[in-house]
Amino acid sequence: MKAWLVHHGRSASLAWRRLTATPVNSLLSLLAIGIALALPAGGQMLLSGIRDLAGNSTATPRISVFMNIAAERAVADNIRSRLERHAGVRQAGFLPREETLARMKSSPGLRDVIDALAANPFPDAFVVSARDESPESMERLADEFRKWPQVEHVQLDSAWVRRLDALLKLGRTALMLFAGLLGGGLIAITFGIIRMQVLTQRAEIEVSRLLGATEAFIRRPFLYHGLLLGVGGGVMAWLLVIGTTLWLRAPLAELAGLYDLNLALHPLSASDSALLLACAGCLGWLGALFSLRQNLGQG
Amino acid sequence: MIRFDRVSKRYPPGVDALSNLSFDLDEAQMLLIGGHSGAGKSTLLKLVAGVETATSGSVLVGGQNLGGLARAALPYYRRRIGMVFQDQKLLFDRSAFENVLLPLSISGFPVRESASRVRAALDKVGLGKREKALPIMLSGGEQQRLAIARAVVGRPDLLLADEPTAHLDQDTAADVVRILLEFNRVGVTLLVATYAHELFPGARRLQLDHGRLAA
Repeated sequence: MKAWLVHHGRSASLAWRRLTATPVNSLLSLLAIGIALALPAGGQMLLSGIRDLAGNSTATPRISVFMNIAAERAVADNIRSRLERHAGVRQAGFLPREETLARMKSSPGLRDVIDALAANPFPDAFVVSARDESPESMERLADEFRKWPQVEHVQLDSAWVRRLDALLKLGRTALMLFAGLLGGGLIAITFGIIRMQVLTQRAEIEVSRLLGATEAFIRRPFLYHGLLLGVGGGVMAWLLVIGTTLWLRAPLAELAGLYDLNLALHPLSASDSALLLACAGCLGWLGALFSLRQNLGQG
Repeated sequence: MIRFDRVSKRYPPGVDALSNLSFDLDEAQMLLIGGHSGAGKSTLLKLVAGVETATSGSVLVGGQNLGGLARAALPYYRRRIGMVFQDQKLLFDRSAFENVLLPLSISGFPVRESASRVRAALDKVGLGKREKALPIMLSGGEQQRLAIARAVVGRPDLLLADEPTAHLDQDTAADVVRILLEFNRVGVTLLVATYAHELFPGARRLQLDHGRLAA
């Protein structure tokens, strides 16, 4: 076991020496790998921010029922009772017009406008969740509510959230494809670098075989080299993503503030960072493995 | 130690490097393989080293038939023999110390023991003070001695040397032969392919001619 560990230690150390023997070349290779990995990692972070934005609303389809502005509270109470008794309604929440006014006043930029108005412009409203969330059933419910007395307007709220959800799904699929392609690119980069290493170390490989080296012994430093390239590229990608996040955070916050959106770029979490490094290391190792199978031959 | 029993080696497209060759070499003995260029000297050494396999006949080393040796077992077999190559096969980006250390690293020797063994081997060939030198900084004779140090550092029972005095002047060649003979005197079996048999006075000699024992 100790000899095995010593072998691995020597192989890793040799791989590190080979990597640092040509610092400029290695740095450029790591940068290329880093950029290839940063693109899907950054995309994932952006999607996560957009998902948070959508998460503030619910993707569950809901119906908003707005009363006539002049309707008495008693009429609204009557509508509430009807909604609560309705077989197709799972839940009905009441939003009194005073509460809506208070919430709107707390929104930046709206207070002055609302204060300038003579009366509360908001009606009483209900937010209704249906038992059957199919579009047809929701439409039927909305049509039914429209016919109730003093109901001014009925709106299916969740359409945009569902569209955003669909877009996010498409984005995730595209991101996975993109990540797959760039992962293939990383394998190709490592493949080429290890191929060059094998050619450079041809004499050492031949001598080592003659002196009794096993194939595992010969391959190990190259596999560590691939692993180091992958992990190094992963670190580079992580730095690029973190740097970009910090750089964009302030302007994005300013833009989101103007639109009153909760849109922010969060840095990669510890688990995401670990996943990035692990995937990068695995891809580097795989690239080295493929390259050795292709270029090393047998002793 | 070594037994060749009617060994033939044929290379494509039908060139016979060795034909029906038989001989024995006992432990701690020395045998010189002579012959002109292309006589089959290097092929014979390659068969003993397990680099090539016989087309027919059997090669036994230490009682082991190399023809029946599994590919996975070959590296472990090679660790038991020392090899000095005609072109030395030194690693020119490694110091003398690192070159000699290589067989021990391959065998998984502990670091501390390896260092003392490497220094002992370098001392033995007179390169104790040149351990940090790169091979390019060494003379031809020193490079050959370095190659011998690498071959013996694992304390093999059998040492193969392919033209160990080629390209060396007479004094340097004599120096290299003296070192080889010293190892033979302490019990290392020596199989040397050489033109310069006069440098090994009294040694048993096998003369090859086109892959056959010369009359």
